[in-house]
Amino acid sequence: MSALGHPQPSPVFGSNLSTFDVERVRADFPILSKRIYDRPLVFLDSAASAQKPRAVIDAVRHCYEEEYANIHRGVYYLSARATAAYEEARAKVQRFLNARDPREIVFVRGATEAINLVALSYGGRFLKEGDEVVLSTLEHHSNIVPWQLLRDRIGIVIRVVPIDDAGELRLDAYEKLLGPRTKLVAVTHISNALGTITPVAEITRLAHKHGAKVLIDGCQAVPHQAVDVRAIDCDFYTFSGHKLYGPSGIGVLYGKAEILEAMPPYQGGGDMIRSVSFEKTEYADVPQRFEAGTPHIAGAIGLGAAIDYVTGLDQDRIAAHEQALLAYATDRLSGIPGLRILGTAPEKASIVSFTMEGAHPHDIGTILDRSGIAVRAGHHCTQPLMDRFGVAGTVRASFGLYNTIEEVDALAEGIQRVKEIFG
Amino acid sequence: MSDLRDLYQEVILDHNRKPRNFGRPPHANCEARGDNPLCGDKVTVYLALEDGVVKDVGFEGRGCAISMASASLMTEMVKGKTAAEAQALFRRFQAAMTGQDEAVGGDEDLDKLAVLSGVREYPMRVKCATLSWHTLAAAMANGNGATVSTETE
Repeated sequence: MSALGHPQPSPVFGSNLSTFDVERVRADFPILSKRIYDRPLVFLDSAASAQKPRAVIDAVRHCYEEEYANIHRGVYYLSARATAAYEEARAKVQRFLNARDPREIVFVRGATEAINLVALSYGGRFLKEGDEVVLSTLEHHSNIVPWQLLRDRIGIVIRVVPIDDAGELRLDAYEKLLGPRTKLVAVTHISNALGTITPVAEITRLAHKHGAKVLIDGCQAVPHQAVDVRAIDCDFYTFSGHKLYGPSGIGVLYGKAEILEAMPPYQGGGDMIRSVSFEKTEYADVPQRFEAGTPHIAGAIGLGAAIDYVTGLDQDRIAAHEQALLAYATDRLSGIPGLRILGTAPEKASIVSFTMEGAHPHDIGTILDRSGIAVRAGHHCTQPLMDRFGVAGTVRASFGLYNTIEEVDALAEGIQRVKEIFG
Repeated sequence: MSDLRDLYQEVILDHNRKPRNFGRPPHANCEARGDNPLCGDKVTVYLALEDGVVKDVGFEGRGCAISMASASLMTEMVKGKTAAEAQALFRRFQAAMTGQDEAVGGDEDLDKLAVLSGVREYPMRVKCATLSWHTLAAAMANGNGATVSTETE
């Protein structure tokens, strides 16, 4: 976070153009004016799914009201308009990730589908029995289970990079895991449960030294920081639109063009073929080869609007605002007796995971909910990580670009109510 | 706050802090494990079932205050009952939890479980209250080693 190298003006009360005007940003999100149990909504669960700005809602509405038809097919005006808008969204994703070519951007349902696509298509074609896939303790179930399915099918071996007590990847242990059998490394960019930022460029460099390909799960990274896939040099990168203030049901798989071109289709259907006869089918070029069937057209267009929205706000300023929230929340919460923060890596995104003595995460979640505060309670689809810390689950407060210092205070006050009940 | 006190009544907090019949009874001959995959909570229920009567019952596990208290209360309620009576109580409790059975007066056993009635206002939490009962039913039905999940009802 180079933007934090010098003192920042208050992110909350600043009003000149060089500061992040969070109140103006909040006005862009219709749902944030809702009241829950007659209290203002304090939404601290953006890591599960972020709320949507008016610009995204309007883009989806505009698509359906003004220029909707199926894409890549019709010779008529509306289909041409919809196709252009869909492909423009692809170009926005390409620029957003600094990919070389729009052909390197595959639209999928979300990161889960992207990882399954890589496991089935790349893994199915290029991995064989005994080959090793390296994951980490930080992974979301969606970056574990697809590899287990592949293991059960073809007999690959899954190796796991451990973490230290702060929740950081142990790079020394990672290096020792790499070897001639390592064919793929699949790790998260930012831990959804702890907020740890992993050194993805270094992870990639080390994997490439051994000839292994690298997939980065960027779901939690793209909402919090600018991502440059060419600087990372990863072979695959994936994220879900709904965590980036875009629609649900749309996501992105980035893959280096030469790798995608060597991969067989993942699903068969329309729109992914060049020609079909009952004897032989020729597949389309990338990325259409991986986009069988009618895609989520409005979702892709909405994702394009979400990218315009966050880049328009400036990702470095968003990051600085969220880092200020994280620092304040860490300070406020760590002062509460009996509260333990899990994940204390020096490089973290704005996610605070914690447990409390004598109170189960679900009970904490319910009590906070009655104060209008939405947090996630549970294992966050990271059961191996929870096991590593010896807990069944945590409470997770995750901060997005629209959260405020006052909302951190509301969280701390809500936690006091937990203590009143559970003593 | 007042409605939270309806949910977290003193009886519930007490059972959560000091669960009754926690652990495996010495003569247990039936057991089952219950999982709530949504939250990772796990409970194991042990029964000493003799001639169709619950001679002894215990549980182990980890979970929220609602699930711990519900399991603890359940063990107190079913001890000494026949398996059929315990099953019937489970059905009445479940109906009460899901709001299908509003009129609970006159049912002495169910009245003792009324401390959990606040859960009805929290639909996401009903499974916490019923997990141990589902597990009890599985232990009675399958004898040993069954596993139930709140997500495969």
